[in-house]
Amino acid sequence: MSGAPLLTWILLVPLLAAIGVVFTRNRPNVRETVTVVAGIVLFLLVATLAATISWDQPPTLVLAEPVHGLALALTPEPLGMLFALVAGFLWPVTSVYAIGYMRAHHEQNQTRFYTAFAVSICAAMGIALAGNMLTLFVFYEILSVATYPLVTHAGNEQAKRAGRLYLGLLMGTSIGFMLLAMIWTWQLTGTLDFTPGGVFGNNVSSGVLSALLVLYVFGAGKAALMPFHRWLPAAMVAPTPVSALLHAVAVVKAGVFTILKVSVYLFGIDRIAELPVSSWLAALAGLTILLASFVAMTKDNLKARLAYSTISQLGYIVLGAMLGVTAGVIGGGMHIAMHAFGKITLFFCAGAILVAAHKTKVSELDGLGRRMPLTMLAFLIGALSIVGLPPFGGTWSKWLLVQGTLDAGFWVLTGVLMLSSLLNVMYLVSIPVRGFFRAPASQGDGIREAPTASLIAIAVTTTGCVLLFFWAEPLYRLAGGIVR
Amino acid sequence: MDLLDHLPVLVVIMPLMSAPLCVLFDRARPAWLVSMSASWLSFAAAVYLLIQVSRDGTISYRLGGWAPPWGIEYRIDLLGAYVLLIVTAIAALVMVFARRSLEKEIPADRIARVYAALLLVFAGLTGITATGDAFNVFVFLEISSLASYAVISMGRDRRALSAAFQYLVMGTIGATFILIGIGLLYMMTGTLNMLDLAARLPEVADTRTVRAGFAFLTVGIGLKLALFPLHLWLPNAYAYAPSAVTAFLSATATKVAVYALLRFMFGVFGAEFSLNKMPFDLILMVLGLAGILSASLVAVFQEDVKRMLAYSSVAQIGYMVLGISLASNTGVSAAILHVFNHALMKGALFLAVGALAYRIGAVTVSSIAGLGRRMPWTVAALVVGGLSLIGVPPTAGFVSKWYLVLGTLEQDLWPVALLVLIGSLLALAYVWKLVEAAYFAEPAADAAAVREAPLSMLIPVWALVIANLYFGVNTQVSVGVARQATDLLMGGGG
Repeated sequence: MSGAPLLTWILLVPLLAAIGVVFTRNRPNVRETVTVVAGIVLFLLVATLAATISWDQPPTLVLAEPVHGLALALTPEPLGMLFALVAGFLWPVTSVYAIGYMRAHHEQNQTRFYTAFAVSICAAMGIALAGNMLTLFVFYEILSVATYPLVTHAGNEQAKRAGRLYLGLLMGTSIGFMLLAMIWTWQLTGTLDFTPGGVFGNNVSSGVLSALLVLYVFGAGKAALMPFHRWLPAAMVAPTPVSALLHAVAVVKAGVFTILKVSVYLFGIDRIAELPVSSWLAALAGLTILLASFVAMTKDNLKARLAYSTISQLGYIVLGAMLGVTAGVIGGGMHIAMHAFGKITLFFCAGAILVAAHKTKVSELDGLGRRMPLTMLAFLIGALSIVGLPPFGGTWSKWLLVQGTLDAGFWVLTGVLMLSSLLNVMYLVSIPVRGFFRAPASQGDGIREAPTASLIAIAVTTTGCVLLFFWAEPLYRLAGGIVR
Repeated sequence: MDLLDHLPVLVVIMPLMSAPLCVLFDRARPAWLVSMSASWLSFAAAVYLLIQVSRDGTISYRLGGWAPPWGIEYRIDLLGAYVLLIVTAIAALVMVFARRSLEKEIPADRIARVYAALLLVFAGLTGITATGDAFNVFVFLEISSLASYAVISMGRDRRALSAAFQYLVMGTIGATFILIGIGLLYMMTGTLNMLDLAARLPEVADTRTVRAGFAFLTVGIGLKLALFPLHLWLPNAYAYAPSAVTAFLSATATKVAVYALLRFMFGVFGAEFSLNKMPFDLILMVLGLAGILSASLVAVFQEDVKRMLAYSSVAQIGYMVLGISLASNTGVSAAILHVFNHALMKGALFLAVGALAYRIGAVTVSSIAGLGRRMPWTVAALVVGGLSLIGVPPTAGFVSKWYLVLGTLEQDLWPVALLVLIGSLLALAYVWKLVEAAYFAEPAADAAAVREAPLSMLIPVWALVIANLYFGVNTQVSVGVARQATDLLMGGGG
């Protein structure tokens, strides 16, 4: 199987999984098996696609043509492939984790949970492989709607409020800004196809282009660029597997992915470099990085701290896209993968701590490393990867991003990245240090390691963090293909 | 074939003649069967007409064999066939739905008469669409209006009576205005045939009489259209009418009024007169935008779901009017497209609300609390219809929004584009109130007994829901015909 049928199946497998989950709702074991098997199949499909694809003639799958001359079509390109691989790999891993977590935590409505999860993955695949902006937008909106029931999963007043904020900000920005920018682009150029080098001719003034860029960047509310970041901490009321896969990987990465895609394939890197507004946006991204880090330090709630850390890390990628140099774009692309592995590990650990020790606050974690050594060790590795220390994957993407700021001549932003790494050490690495070196508040509270299923998942992603340092080459080649 | 030649008039005659049959039977079951067969036959006729018109071009039918402009001409062009298709399709689906719904909401001895009145409304609406005669428009308008006052007053809530009376007063004023307008035109040209009017009007266009005629006609149609600020009758009428009636009226009546507006604006007076000599485009744009924003905002604060959707209808009419006001090919085709898509989404929504009403009685935001589990299919339909209303892809509503915004951007009216999108966000606000209530609110104590709506109601609801999704991705028919119809309308006269 190759080409278009492969693309069809990549969309179909998660959808079939969603249907399968609904039909096996009365048998939890079968239901969860369906999810995991579908996840593994999906990853194999994506991997096959990545291995067999020829970038000179990528396969195209046309789904429909809702607007005359503008089709809903999937056409893989390197950046999207990267995103699809990451999301495709982490879905089955998260599913395994979720089995342990959801059961240990006695969550309700698990069928709805797994169904919405599968639909979200389908949408993420659509975003990753979209051949034009319209397709990306369609799946982007499906992702917003499909993740809503996951955010409001708990069903209490706080979850409902979070859901309102979530949908309001994400849909508000996407309909208010991105849709407008997209239709405007279509009206100016008559195409929304992702084209290397961009679609805008020289007749489009830089004033209009600047306005469009601002609309696109803010329109991708999922990128959580300040001041449209509030939804992400609010969404932390969701069960931890959701925070882990969607709010550290699929959803937020869909946002920054959109920004990268738009910069590279609609505007073109050179055009971005010419626009004065891109420096402002890069500066805003830098500001987001720092502010979010500062906020993260003040948060005692573990998941809230991780959420702000995510906002900060997303800023890296936006920054990379707005620099207008190849190193920035490649670094941003690689950071999608590197941060995904690091942050999902951290969330997995946070969830494990929640179900095993019933602790949600950083200040309660003293001495927990003795009871849950594996979890805490994994947390340390994930945190170090995010800081960007060798030998962990995060090193490479940070390296490239720093190089990007130097190439573009933004000394200030180089400083911001360095400072941010330091701040990361303070608010992330301090957590496992606390867990290992401080004395526990109480003795003999019977806390044991997390459920086995969850530990397996944690082990996989932690290993990923390490492996990505030593085998970053394929990722680099893939990301490098963006700017070829 | 002989009978097929008479289709343009049969599509009107079938429901018109079936109405007295219903009264004669005066029993629910046979009346329903008559209505079903009349509406489905009309639907089949409309499908055939659309195919015929898009193949062979405009059909002109001489009523009684008299040649126009002396005899009455029935004239079905692409736009007419398109609107006929919408009206008959909705009628056919609503009739399937109506059997159980009316049984529940109307006393048994009156059901047959409700069917009769519904058929008259239906006949009137198809008549307005099919006829090529200005006075005939008025006649059919009155037929449909009078019948609709009657069906609205049949609602369960006693306030239905005052709602119907309010509509009667305003509707009659509107109809009178239309009559005066037509009278003034007749005075100046001596003809009532639309084509003939279009040919003769330019000579006398510069007179106060014609301008007054234009004003009377457009205000009159504006009333029927529920164009802001002439929409005051609509929320109450829709809120208190029986569910099936609301679904039918919301999906068809205002659509036909849009059609009549287009017909008179572009077909009779011509774009030159309507838009250049009269500043009609500017008026429409301002009123359209005011309607979109104010009605959407009011909808957010409604507790009664039917009222909420009724205000949303006023806003949606604003979108159509805005499209027309752009007076460009893209704008007008966006308006025509939205006529089609809005019929699908509001049809689906009001039918879903009707299905809820069948189980729980009055449908309010608090009374649907927790029903997402009890009536999953109905509530899911409500969600999809709502998403279409907001304009989320891949629903039909998205395609409408796309073309409308494209139309505004073509003329560099980006503030208008922004306002349109703000309207979408307001729609998000009121639709989400429903979603939250249905899925996340604590169910009322007696909600445990609520069951899913019967299949005969779910089928029409889901037919429309699937249509919403289908026409969101495959727009060959909906957009294709809308564009061709626009070319025809803007290109040359009628």
